[in-house]
Amino acid sequence: MLNQYPLWKNLMVVLVLLLGLLYALPNLYGQDPAVAVSGVRGAVVDEALQQKLEKALKEAGVAVKSMEMKDGRLLIRFGSTTDQQKSQHVIANTLGENYSYALTMAANVPGWLTALGGQPMNLGLDLRGGIHVLIDVDMETAIKDKVEAYTGDIRTALRNNKIRYLTVKAEGEGINIKFKDEKTRDKALDVLAEEFRNLGVEPLEKDGAWYVRMIMPPAEIRATKKFALQQNITTIRNRVNALGVAEPLVQQQGERRIVVELPGVQDPTQVKNILGATATLEYRLVDTEHDAFEAKESGKIPPGSRLYRVREDGRPILLKKRVIVTGNQITDAASGFDQRSGSPMVTVSLDSKGARRMRNVTTENVGKPMAVVFKETRVVGRDAEGKPVKRQVEEVISVANILEPFGRRFQTTGLDSPQEAHELALLLRAGALAAPIDIVEERTIGPSLGADNIKQGFLSVVIGLLLVMVFMVAYYRVFGLFADAALITNLVLIVAILSLLQATLTLPGIAGIVLTVGMAVDANVLIYERIREELRVGSTPQAAIHAGYEKAFSTIMDANITTLIAAVVLFSIGSGPVKGFAVTLAIGIITSMFTSIVGTRALVNLVYGGKRVKKLAI
Amino acid sequence: MHQILSSTRNIDFMGQRKLAMFFSGALIVIALTSLLLRGLSFGIDFTGGTLIEVGYEQPVELDAVRKVLAENGFEDAQVQQFGTPRDLLIRLAPREGVKSSELSDKVFAALKQAAEGKLELRRVEFVGPQVGDELTEDGALAVLVALMAILMYVAVRFEWRFAVGSVAALVHDVIITLGFFSVTQLEFDLTVLAAVLAVIGYSLNDTIVVFDRIRENFRKIRKGDSEQIINTSLNQTLSRTLITSLTTLIVLLALFFLGGEIIHNFSLALILGIVVGTYSSIYVASTTALALGVSKADLMPVQKEGARLDDMP
Repeated sequence: MLNQYPLWKNLMVVLVLLLGLLYALPNLYGQDPAVAVSGVRGAVVDEALQQKLEKALKEAGVAVKSMEMKDGRLLIRFGSTTDQQKSQHVIANTLGENYSYALTMAANVPGWLTALGGQPMNLGLDLRGGIHVLIDVDMETAIKDKVEAYTGDIRTALRNNKIRYLTVKAEGEGINIKFKDEKTRDKALDVLAEEFRNLGVEPLEKDGAWYVRMIMPPAEIRATKKFALQQNITTIRNRVNALGVAEPLVQQQGERRIVVELPGVQDPTQVKNILGATATLEYRLVDTEHDAFEAKESGKIPPGSRLYRVREDGRPILLKKRVIVTGNQITDAASGFDQRSGSPMVTVSLDSKGARRMRNVTTENVGKPMAVVFKETRVVGRDAEGKPVKRQVEEVISVANILEPFGRRFQTTGLDSPQEAHELALLLRAGALAAPIDIVEERTIGPSLGADNIKQGFLSVVIGLLLVMVFMVAYYRVFGLFADAALITNLVLIVAILSLLQATLTLPGIAGIVLTVGMAVDANVLIYERIREELRVGSTPQAAIHAGYEKAFSTIMDANITTLIAAVVLFSIGSGPVKGFAVTLAIGIITSMFTSIVGTRALVNLVYGGKRVKKLAI
Repeated sequence: MHQILSSTRNIDFMGQRKLAMFFSGALIVIALTSLLLRGLSFGIDFTGGTLIEVGYEQPVELDAVRKVLAENGFEDAQVQQFGTPRDLLIRLAPREGVKSSELSDKVFAALKQAAEGKLELRRVEFVGPQVGDELTEDGALAVLVALMAILMYVAVRFEWRFAVGSVAALVHDVIITLGFFSVTQLEFDLTVLAAVLAVIGYSLNDTIVVFDRIRENFRKIRKGDSEQIINTSLNQTLSRTLITSLTTLIVLLALFFLGGEIIHNFSLALILGIVVGTYSSIYVASTTALALGVSKADLMPVQKEGARLDDMP
């Protein structure tokens, strides 16, 4: 019999429709104002904390709707934003500094639906508001720092082996070590090749002098870059967590970039300051054998020392080149006030390696002064090619005599303000950046614009849909109704798939949906025009329907596959906003093929199939 | 039966191809001249720079805002209204001496201080010059790769003359759409680029439908030369072409008028692209294939030969 679907096909259509409805459903539920609590510095969010908060909120008279633990975070839901606002103060006072909290909105999806994997669509930053930054890691500096670190190690190695060298100089991605004669050089060559197996070592004669040239091999450079990127991602993640953002995203992009997305954040200035801050501390011994003023005047810096300036009064000071500990070795830091002087200070804790070194150095140097260097990289301008010009600011913030050996914990004073002490402590806690970073792209969307975007996007989808539906019914009558049913199903399926994949819906994504609505009816137009043609040449209604679907099929496939190619290219090459558009366009093409071919056919068969039909309402 | 066009009407599309070629040629010359002389008004996505959208409580005078900015050292700031008189868009080129990511903070702080009532930071977009260059490269690459992939697909599915014809139509559409943005100097940003790529997809959709019918008719109709068969095919698919364009235009108009300022240019590019794309799938794609000498023999099914081979022991 012509135009009848086997039962399984009808069941499949019904099943797809039901699944679509089920997974699109979570989007219909509203959102609860909520507060998300998470631990920083390894603090765990547990039952005890939950009870403590519950009690505190109850005492303060703030009505809590529910509390739940999810992914190591505690989500507290409220009935109204007023309660949410009121809770803020209570929660802040109860938590203490090992926890951070963030105001957020939590989807109010019933438990049975969540258990089935139902989640609402993930809204992009342009729809919910928030800040997106793209961070570029300065790999050139990372390499330079690494080379610089090697020069220190090389000096030590030569000294330990009692080989006299003239100079050790970093040049590009390598180091040139100068010796007074060939014999010393050859001896050094063996020692260095033995001690630095990961570096390339070769002899070099230049301008009548003997050198050893040590080069970082490509594998070592790659490893250094990878380490710098990974370390920076970790550090940035720590900093973001300390900021207290509900659903932060920190992700690698390409070989030297990091994407940070912080939904709902309203103060971009603060975020950028914290993310981009490169401030760290270094502890060095003061060179007391030479006069700093004289060195500055004459420009003759004693080997093994470097000239710095003291922040307080700008006077010069000579410090030993060897660093005792760096910011990397700091495990914890807290700001406070020095009890004696009342000035702001930071209490620093070191890791075991750093603590051991600190103890060794301080034991050997009791009574001698030690300096704390505050290092920060600032972008001071741009060169002709638009690349940022950076300057590393290094200032000595405090000089103090070592009164007694110390190790794991100690204080640093000499900071300008409590604010600076607080920020420095935060940065030290989160860890230092392994290489300087630069924010190369920022997109911030205010909350009201996000809401406007959703409203306008939704409105244009609805109006566009209605207009097309009216047109289809007017033009194709009953068959127009079938197409309309397919169109609505298509929309439900797109929403369901976006929700299931947890793909991010953006404003261009909504535009993609709108465009799909217009193009989805194309398949039906093709089929219906074919049916009309068949009727015109005198086919029976049943034969016309059959031939219409049959003949239009390959055309529809070809047309859609080519559009799909464009969407895939868009997705793979495009960035941010373009991707969102490509995703919904691609999903829409695929679902529309199902709904407008299989879906409408099921309806047509149901209404017309298997009976004598004199005339089609097309 | 409602119909926009009666099927018995037989428009001599191919007979008008000289006129169409002249028309297309003229448009392309204008577009290319403008692209060469004036170029596109690239948005900060491509040039790099900072864009700030602020919302005032009351309608605000542009000149007053410009003055405030100039007083704070932002003489080069471009200020324009965005949608409503209360919303302003401020653009700044990358500048020396200021960390670019801090620029927006400084501008907003200056405006906030001078504003009566509340000032809301609605949007900030900052793109570094290097990222801008990359986006430009990636965008151009995307257009090229899309065209190549499509060329290959059509060549495999149909025939190389059709592939060239469809790509000619696409290039035609892209040049005219870009030309429009060059002549009007409307801002060309990432979303517009996405629209151009969507136009490629859409225009191709149209072209494929026409080619599909031409292929079918080449195989079915014995009488008539290539020109006549192409004409018949165009007439047969004409009502579908127009209806689909119409429904797509309906939703795009909804997007244009209701979708908000941010996707205004995006919708405009699509609307234009679809009008041009519909025209080009009729005139440019088929005309090119015909000019390259596509004929019945090229499209006769080759399956028979293959089938016979399979039957051999």
